[in-house]
Amino acid sequence: MIQVEHLTKRYGPKTAIDDVTFAVEKGEVLAFLGPNGAGKTTTMRILAGSLPATSGTARVAGYDCFDQPMEVKRVIGYLPEIPPLYTEMTVTEYLTFASRIKAVPASQIANAVDQVMQRLGLGEVRGRLIANLSRGFKQRVGLAQALVHNPPVLILDEPTAGLDPKQIIEIRELIRELAGSHTIILSTHILPEATAVARRVVIIHEGRIVAQDSQERLSARLRRSEKVSLMLKAPPPEARDQLALLPGALSVQQEDANTFLVEAELGRDLRDDLARFVVARRWGLLELKLVTITLEDVFLRLTQEEPASESVLHSASQEGDSDTGEVQV
Amino acid sequence: MSPVGAVVRKELRTYFASPIAYVVAGVFLLLLGLLLFLPILAISNQSLQMLRLQGNLPDINLNQLVLRPAFANMAVVMLLLVPMLTMRLFAEEKKLKTMELLLTSPLTITDIVVGKFVAAFAVFAGMLALTALGTAALGAIADLRWAPVGTAYLGVLLLGGVFLSVGLLASGLTENQVIAVVLSFGFLLLIWLFDWVGQLVGESPFGKLLSYLSPLGHFDNLVKGLVDTKDLVYFAAAIIFSLFLTHRVIESQRWR
Ligand SMILES: Nc1ncnc2c1ncn2[C@@H]1O[C@H](COP(=O)(O)OP(=O)(O)OP(=O)(O)O)[C@@H](O)[C@H]1O
Ligand SMILES: [Mg+2]
Repeated sequence: MIQVEHLTKRYGPKTAIDDVTFAVEKGEVLAFLGPNGAGKTTTMRILAGSLPATSGTARVAGYDCFDQPMEVKRVIGYLPEIPPLYTEMTVTEYLTFASRIKAVPASQIANAVDQVMQRLGLGEVRGRLIANLSRGFKQRVGLAQALVHNPPVLILDEPTAGLDPKQIIEIRELIRELAGSHTIILSTHILPEATAVARRVVIIHEGRIVAQDSQERLSARLRRSEKVSLMLKAPPPEARDQLALLPGALSVQQEDANTFLVEAELGRDLRDDLARFVVARRWGLLELKLVTITLEDVFLRLTQEEPASESVLHSASQEGDSDTGEVQV
Repeated sequence: MSPVGAVVRKELRTYFASPIAYVVAGVFLLLLGLLLFLPILAISNQSLQMLRLQGNLPDINLNQLVLRPAFANMAVVMLLLVPMLTMRLFAEEKKLKTMELLLTSPLTITDIVVGKFVAAFAVFAGMLALTALGTAALGAIADLRWAPVGTAYLGVLLLGGVFLSVGLLASGLTENQVIAVVLSFGFLLLIWLFDWVGQLVGESPFGKLLSYLSPLGHFDNLVKGLVDTKDLVYFAAAIIFSLFLTHRVIESQRWR
């Protein structure tokens, strides 16, 4: 449904995206994951036809985004990074205007607007000026605009930005609900967000795709060992070698004078053993925690090391800090 | 609804939702009222004096003495006020990032440019229609020749069209409304000056060209009651040219 081939965009001397190639099948949800400035917005704007590429091709539903922009615009719903809201309009007026310019037949406009407001929980604010809405509601109105004409392809740039946790869950549910009947590409810089809604994830960094895979395989690839960070008050010089003798420890790295990283095989939690080991030797345990995988770790590894030679691996914890067991003595 | 129609309706709605259009219309009407009223006051004083001194009323041509100067001054008022009607049109879309909604909807840039122009023109025409009440009142109490009044109104409408299209272009160049107004003043004064420079240069082809490029001579002809296709072609071409430039500007901004 979406084919992107060798897409490159330069802003003057600055290369925003560089030789990006990926495809999205009909009915699939693809997450575009990357840190700030990675080139997510740039790629999406090219797909939505609001920005021409420097080279390469992008096709949506078989239409070329550059040569057949009208056809492309008819089949997409696009939520830009900054929701494009006319703040002096009410929610109903805005969505009515959006459906008019998106060629919804006049007789169906009222119905389409009602439905999308219901779907996104906008009923209670329908008559309010957009200027007076909270950030989360504004984001939802922006999303409503992308959905109001029920397009087969959705391009959503950080759809959950600015929403509270409850709304984030609702929007993720909505996206899962739309999947299948819609082809969706969404961007995010939050790993759990990508894995929560999308079966396939494309990781982009500094304009280049560094990994693209199904969610399961990507996380399998990222999680090959567990890692514990240990901070000691008075480690003896031989502490590193001694720690390496602990049963289950695969390798030990010394980060600085007081901090060590102990690696264990996947699924093995060494925290309890480590605590006892250190306390028995009276090295002064200051901190002990499971190192969680952050997007930055993924990028560092995917961009700085050859995937085949990866040996240092952190334990992947998908919901951020929810299971970083910190022990402080 | 056609895409242009949707844009026109949205722009009209925005005009009436914001105070700008009302303030501009109010100031416009006030100044025009004064422009009509003050000459009438002067003439009636003069007439009274003559009545006292000579015992009879002079033959007064209201078209000549009141309407023509009033329309000439109207052009200046328009120069100052019309940019206020157009400053918002593109600058605000860019500032609010709503331009991206328009550019990713199945609308052409022509739809957007024409829609915005038509809406601004309709608001301007509406303002002008209100001034027609004053003119009609004058016509009711005094002896007016209506044909030249009609052509003068046509002239104002067309001159307004040129100013609006230039203002739209200026608004397309920036996302700052103040800069849009200042640019409009700059452009409009420049084409205004063409007439003056053209006269300085004199009878050479270059001087004639400059004078032709300025809307003032064409406007003056219509105010005098002369309807010449050459002038009408000028107005149409000037408006279309500005809109075309606006189209190019908006198109080129997508590339950045
Ligand atoms: N109009 C522009 N002119 C110059 N450089 C730009 C422009 N827009 C984007 N860039 C640059 O292109 C790169 C990619 O930007 P982009 O907005 O696509 O990143 P992103 O992945 O969406 O980041 P974020 O997570 O912050 O939204 C950045 O380095 C940015 O500075
Ligand atoms: Mg972005």
